[in-house]
Amino acid sequence: MEVRAEDRPWQAVVWNDPVNLMSYVTYVFQKLFGYSRDQATKLMLDVHHKGRAIVSSGTKDKVEVDVKKLHAAGLWATMQRAS
Amino acid sequence: MKKWSRDGDIVVGRFDRQEAAVVRGLVSQIQDMLLARAEEAPQDELSELTGIRTGPSTAPDDPILGRLLPDFHRLDDDAPDPGDLDSAAALRSLHEPELLDIKTGVAGVVLDTCPPDGGEVRLRPDEAEAWLASLNDVRLALGTALDVNDEMPEELPPDDPRSPHLGVYHWLTWVQETLVEAVMS
Repeated sequence: MEVRAEDRPWQAVVWNDPVNLMSYVTYVFQKLFGYSRDQATKLMLDVHHKGRAIVSSGTKDKVEVDVKKLHAAGLWATMQRAS
Repeated sequence: MKKWSRDGDIVVGRFDRQEAAVVRGLVSQIQDMLLARAEEAPQDELSELTGIRTGPSTAPDDPILGRLLPDFHRLDDDAPDPGDLDSAAALRSLHEPELLDIKTGVAGVVLDTCPPDGGEVRLRPDEAEAWLASLNDVRLALGTALDVNDEMPEELPPDDPRSPHLGVYHWLTWVQETLVEAVMS
């Protein structure tokens, strides 16, 4: 059975960029989403090595707010439907 | 400038006069750019009546402002998805005024707490958080202007016009890095 597009959750994606510091990105993930130091570090390393990481998911409204907070912190973030 | 240190919950730093002038000058410039962008927001009777502000629906032309205020969707440069394009325009219009408030606000915290003649800087946790975000915005702006990339050397050839500015960029990187360490310790 196929999941309809409108039923798929939204995701906040953080993209790699050459300016943001690894330590700062880890700090932001912990601060905004309550991740442990280890979880935040793993996500930061995904951004750094794979070029992107999904850092939160849920309803469109929630993810919109998450992306806004990431932009306020200066991270390059976008939102998309889960595939 | 020595490394930031902790005095209980307070983060303590010390800037000499020239360092304070560099920080304040760059933070003011970013704040001015953001305030100018805020003035471009469309004014209409509906938003005055409802109090709901709407920002511009298109991304800034300026690459520095574009980096400080990215789109909410990843848009293909050549062939963006039309649905994403519409949605990105709506989300920008909805959220940009608040993002501009937040970013000009953190710049304001730096300007309020960094003494113009240099000296000790003592930051409460919320102020240290504002400094981190503001220093990051300044580094994003400089990084965009200098076209910083992953292979950027520590120093450029002396005849490269970007050379002196890269030194400031690297110094700000150090200030931010040590501030993250102090906040997280």
